[in-house]
Order: sequence, then C-alpha cells, then structure tokens
Amino acid sequence: MLKTLTTDFELDLEADVLVIGGGPAGTWAAWSAASSGARVVLVDKGYCGTTGCAAASGNGVWYVPPDPEARETAKASRESLGGFLSDRSWMDRVLDQTYANVNQLAEWGYPFPTDDEGKPYRRSLQGPEYMRLMRRQIQRAGVKILDNSPALELLVDNDGAVAGATGVNRQTGEKWIVRSQSTIIATGGCAFLSKALGCNVLTGDGYLMAAEAGAEMSGMEFSNAYGISPAFSSVTKTLFYNWATFTYEDGTVIPGASSHRRSIIAETLLQQPVYAIIDKAAESMRPSMRLAQPNFFLPFDRAGIDPFTQRFPVTLRLEGTVRGTGGIRIVDESCASSVRGLYAAGDAATRELICGGFTGGGSHNAAWAISSGYWSGKSAAEYSRSLGEYKTQRLVLGVGEVGLQSGSDRSQPLATDEVIQAVQAEVFPYEKNYFRTEQGLTESLGKLNHLWQELRSSQVTSDKELIRAREAAAMVATARWMYSSAIERKETRGMHKHQDYPELDANQQHHLISGGLDQVWVKSQPLSIEKPLSKIGAAV
Amino acid sequence: MIELVSESRCIKCNICVNICPTNVFDRVADAPPTIARQSDCQTCYMCELYCPVDALYVAPESDVTASVNEAELVEVGLLGSYRENIGWGHKRTSTAKADQTFQILKQMK
Ligand SMILES: Cc1cc2nc3c(=O)[nH]c(=O)nc-3n(C[C@H](O)[C@H](O)[C@H](O)COP(=O)(O)OP(=O)(O)OC[C@H]3O[C@@H](n4cnc5c(N)ncnc54)[C@H](O)[C@@H]3O)c2cc1C
Ligand code: SF4
Ligand code: SF4
Repeated sequence: MLKTLTTDFELDLEADVLVIGGGPAGTWAAWSAASSGARVVLVDKGYCGTTGCAAASGNGVWYVPPDPEARETAKASRESLGGFLSDRSWMDRVLDQTYANVNQLAEWGYPFPTDDEGKPYRRSLQGPEYMRLMRRQIQRAGVKILDNSPALELLVDNDGAVAGATGVNRQTGEKWIVRSQSTIIATGGCAFLSKALGCNVLTGDGYLMAAEAGAEMSGMEFSNAYGISPAFSSVTKTLFYNWATFTYEDGTVIPGASSHRRSIIAETLLQQPVYAIIDKAAESMRPSMRLAQPNFFLPFDRAGIDPFTQRFPVTLRLEGTVRGTGGIRIVDESCASSVRGLYAAGDAATRELICGGFTGGGSHNAAWAISSGYWSGKSAAEYSRSLGEYKTQRLVLGVGEVGLQSGSDRSQPLATDEVIQAVQAEVFPYEKNYFRTEQGLTESLGKLNHLWQELRSSQVTSDKELIRAREAAAMVATARWMYSSAIERKETRGMHKHQDYPELDANQQHHLISGGLDQVWVKSQPLSIEKPLSKIGAAV
Repeated sequence: MIELVSESRCIKCNICVNICPTNVFDRVADAPPTIARQSDCQTCYMCELYCPVDALYVAPESDVTASVNEAELVEVGLLGSYRENIGWGHKRTSTAKADQTFQILKQMK
C-alpha cells in the first residue's frame, strides 16, 4: 500500500543517519552520530523521553569503575547463568564505554546521589529523569526528532543497502519518508503487548523491518523473560522481591519459590494463585526502598496495600526479548547488522555478546543500550561519510510486505485483534514458553505459521490500521524466530528451559542464527564473532 | 489504566496527548483531551508526571477499568502523588538525588 504511494509523503526528509526508536539506545546513537558531525533524524512510535521501557521503569546500570578486581568480578558473575555464550572482549568494551557515558550523564547534570561515604553513586538511573535529559541532549546536538511517528518499513537501494525508512504520524495520519545514508534500528525488544511496565510500544517492529531488508537474528531462543508483578498491576519491577516470601492462598510458604527461582512460581501459577509479601525487608530498609524505586510502590499505595505487611497476589508477565537477550545479529564491533547501511542497538540487537543466554534482572541491559547505541551512532555516521554524495543519486524501494500490501483482489480484510490474541495465546502461557517441550513448540509453530499465512493473504483496509497490522506481523514473525530457534536448541541453557532436554549440552555451546519471513531458517554459529573492522569509540 | 481527566484542573495544554507512549488521548478543541483508546493504556503513569496541574489519574489496575471519584482522590492525596514522590513539578527538586539504591544493594549479599 504505502509502496505504491512513494510520491505521496507529506514529510520528505534527508539525513546522514536515521535512528528508529528513541529509548536509551536510540538517543545515545543519535547523540554520538550528531556529535561526530552527522545530520541525524530520530523517529519514535511514541514520544522520545517518555516511551520505551527505560523511561517508565528506571534502570540499574552495569557501571563498574576500571579497577581490575571489580571488573573481573563483574565479568565472572553472569557467565554461568548465561550458559557460557558471552564474550569477554565485548564485556570489556561495554564496561569501558558505559563507565565513560554514565560519567557523561553526570556532566550533563543527571542528579546522581552520593553514597554513605559522600562519593557519587552512579549505578541507578530513574527512568523519567534519565530520558528527559537524553531528549534535551540530543536536541542540543541538533537531532531532528519526529515523535508519534512509527516507522513502517525500511528503504533499500539497488545494491540492497538500507537507505532510510517510511512511516506515518499516528496522530495526523501524515506519511513521512526519511532518505538516509545509514539507518540504526533501536526499536527495543518485543513483549507482545503484555502490559509489562512501559513495554506496549515494543512489538518487535525493528526485527521485522530488519529481516525484510535481509538481516539475521541471533539468540531468539533466549526470549522468554517473565517479570514478577502484582497480579492486578503492570509494574514488573523485580528487585524488591529478593525480600519477598511467596505463599499459597492459605498463607503456607511455597517451597523453593523466590525471585531467582521464578520457575517454581510459574509452576504454581499453573495450578493456583500465588501471593507475595515483602516481609524480609527490615523496617530500617523500607524508607530507602521507597526512595530507590518510587514507582514500585505506586500500585500498592493506590490499591491500599502495604506490601511489607500485607500479602498480595502476584503474576508473571511476559517481557519477551526486552529482558531476554535475542535480537538482530551484530557482525562486528561497529554494531553493524549483516545488511549494508543497517546498524542495531539496545534491545533490538542481540545481547548474547555480553550476557549469553540470560539477562533477567538488571544492569547489563541498560549498559548494552548505552554502549551499543553509542557505537552504532559513531559507526553509522562514519559509514555515511564514506558514501559521500552517493545517496542523492540512488533509487530506493520500500521492502515491507506483510501488513502493508494488499494481497490479491480476493483477500480478506485483516482481523488484526484476532491475530494479536492468537499470537499471545502461543507466547504468554508458561507451559508453552517458560517450560518448553518439543511437542508444544511444534504445535505452536504450526499455529504461528498459519497466522503468518493469514497475514500474508489479508488486506489492510485503512491507513489507521497500518500501525497495528505491522505490529501484529512483527509479533508473529518474532514468535516464529523464537520457537524455531528454541526447537533447535535441544538442551537447557540460559533462560531456555527445555523439558525434554533438561541438561546443558557442551556440544551446543554456539549461537543460533535465524531469519527468513515466509520460510524461517535456523543455523548454528561458533562463538567467536568476526574481528573488528576498525577501532571505534574507545571512550567519549 | 488511565481513569480521569479532571475537567476543573485541566488547562488544555495537550501535553498528555503528545507524550502518551501509546496514544491514548485525543485532543479536542477548547476542551480537555478525551480518553479515546483506554484499552491501549499500558499503565505506565508517564502522563501523570508530565501533566503540569495534576489533572490526570492512572488507576493501578492494568487489565480492567476501575471507577474513581475525583474528590476522594484529592482527599487521600493520590491525585498527583507520583509527581510529588519523584519531585517533579514547579518548585520541586528531583528525588533522583535521594536515590537509595546503594543502601538496598548493600543488603543483597
Ligand atoms: C520493568 C523493567 C525494568 C527494567 N529494569 C532494568 C534494570 O534495572 N537494569 C537494566 O539494565 N535493564 C532494565 N530493564 C531493561 C532496560 O530497560 C532495557 O534493556 C533498555 O531500556 C533498552 O533500551 P532500548 O533503547 O533498546 O529500548 P526501549 O527503551 O524499549 O526503547 C525502544 C524505543 O523504540 C520505539 N519504537 C518501537 N517501535 C518503533 C517503530 N516501529 N518506529 C519508531 N519507534 C519505535 C519505542 O517507542 C521506544 O521509544 C528493565 C525493563 C523493564 C521492562
Ligand atoms: S497534560 Fe494535564 S492539563 Fe494538559 S491537557 Fe493533559 S490533562 Fe490537561
Ligand atoms: S498511563 Fe501511560 S499509557 Fe496510560 S494514558 Fe498515561 S501515559 Fe498513556
């Protein structure tokens, strides 16, 4: 549909670098590209500054001073949890870059607290404050921001290099096109509209757009993160459940259940409700907890519950690849994807390089968003410069299909809401996604493949529906890469729990690369990635 | 989910329309915005933070609607409570400076 309207864009812009997504990864990318002299446009589905999961939630950051011992501990701490798929040289780079950039935040005026000894404490960022500051900084750097402007498809030139994107303003209906030398996907992960805190803008759009241009995914089997929240609420902040007791309805303690052993909570939830109470937090800690994470307490205060003294029902909400680790495959230290002109950062890019198959709770994710954002911005700007004036001569074409184009004349109108419910029915249930089995995965994939065909042969009847239709397509595509990869990983590693293969298998210590649209494929790849193209971005 | 746009408080600045991540509000000429797509609300509370006059209330229930009464919310101090907690708003200082995460993490060992 859009494709046939290429002359019909109300807003037609040119840029050296286009950044799609304005969370931490996108804003760091935009800032570093603009700081290296590029003309940058950043588009966001929502409002850059409030949207995405960091703005709503806040982040603990993997901020470790360059002290060899502290760095060693930091690197060693997650290696086994992640199933030994991470790479120490990437960890070193991320630790260095994050340290430099978080210090930069302090220079920009982020109000970091001081600790007991009066030293600045920089391991925690309050979301609204952090992202308001990032918006201000990129505006200062000259980045042009288009809010409320989801990207719908990428543009590709004759040689297959990515050359920008098109989209629509969801409030005015105006269509936009940005022709750019290089493009960065920073659209976050995919949480399948589960209403986990801040996650409903994260529907995997960037994965779909990238795949349509030919990019590959990596680690999509590590995509089943579930966050604990009060059953009635969206607030999937999990840190304080370290001090929780989990009980059955009658108040007896559930053996073994803890925030680190969520599988026991999930198993119990399959049979009956689970309750929690934050009763292990000493009285003296409680005021500190309120000051550390004010939004953790919001739902309780509003529902009239004192979580320290009253039990409340909890649930596990799917956070998918947001706190999982899979995403677009990164081919070198510049954060390039496997397609020319296309870079990926933050949750949209695979995080296996530093976390292996497990991230779950905090700090690595925020650090990855900061550093991969920073590197992708720098390298995209460099790549754009290397193209010179080439861009103005090239012909470009939109490469989006599903949910954008009408099928044949006989195609059905697309039942978007039903498609979304159907994909949720395959990815939300713990018995399907948390506790995976060969049979369950195969059945789900059958249904998901069928949904894809349905999307393929349906027609989007109005421009208003475009955005939701593309989100639906992106979620179905994401789920297919997830489960196709999960079937291939015949073992239990990282967050991938395979009931038929409950042990870790030393012969499967590799990455699983996936891709494809009508035909999804998966192949394994040995651990070490290609060597650096150039040394980019040692420090800010 | 978002449950209230206070008619009496709203100054029709349309900031909430602009900043809601999931495009829940519609602007209306010479009137407060309407909650046009309530079921899209992701219960993120961001609109409350950005509303300059505490005219919005997001109920904690994320999957079902709740009925709220403005006068009661004011009385129990819930209207604008998130902004107050994090020190956003005129003449307030951000509580980010008072973040006590370091105290919490010390207890984690
Ligand atoms: C409740 C919660 C708590 C967390 N706590 C921690 C923590 O303590 N420590 C930690 O390290 N990590 C934490 N995380 C994870 C961390 O927040 C993310 O890893 C990080 O925010 C990722 O940044 P990002 O920029 O890649 O994605 P996001 O912040 O999600 O931003 C993605 C952006 O892309 C935009 N977008 C999406 N689709 C499109 C499109 N089609 N067109 C244009 N724009 C689009 C979205 O609107 C959004 O602005 C937490 C996550 C959650 C949900
Ligand atoms: S932000 Fe507040 S004052 Fe402004 S329009 Fe919305 S409700 Fe009204
Ligand atoms: S709570 Fe969040 S999603 Fe809901 S209306 Fe407010 S800003 Fe929008």
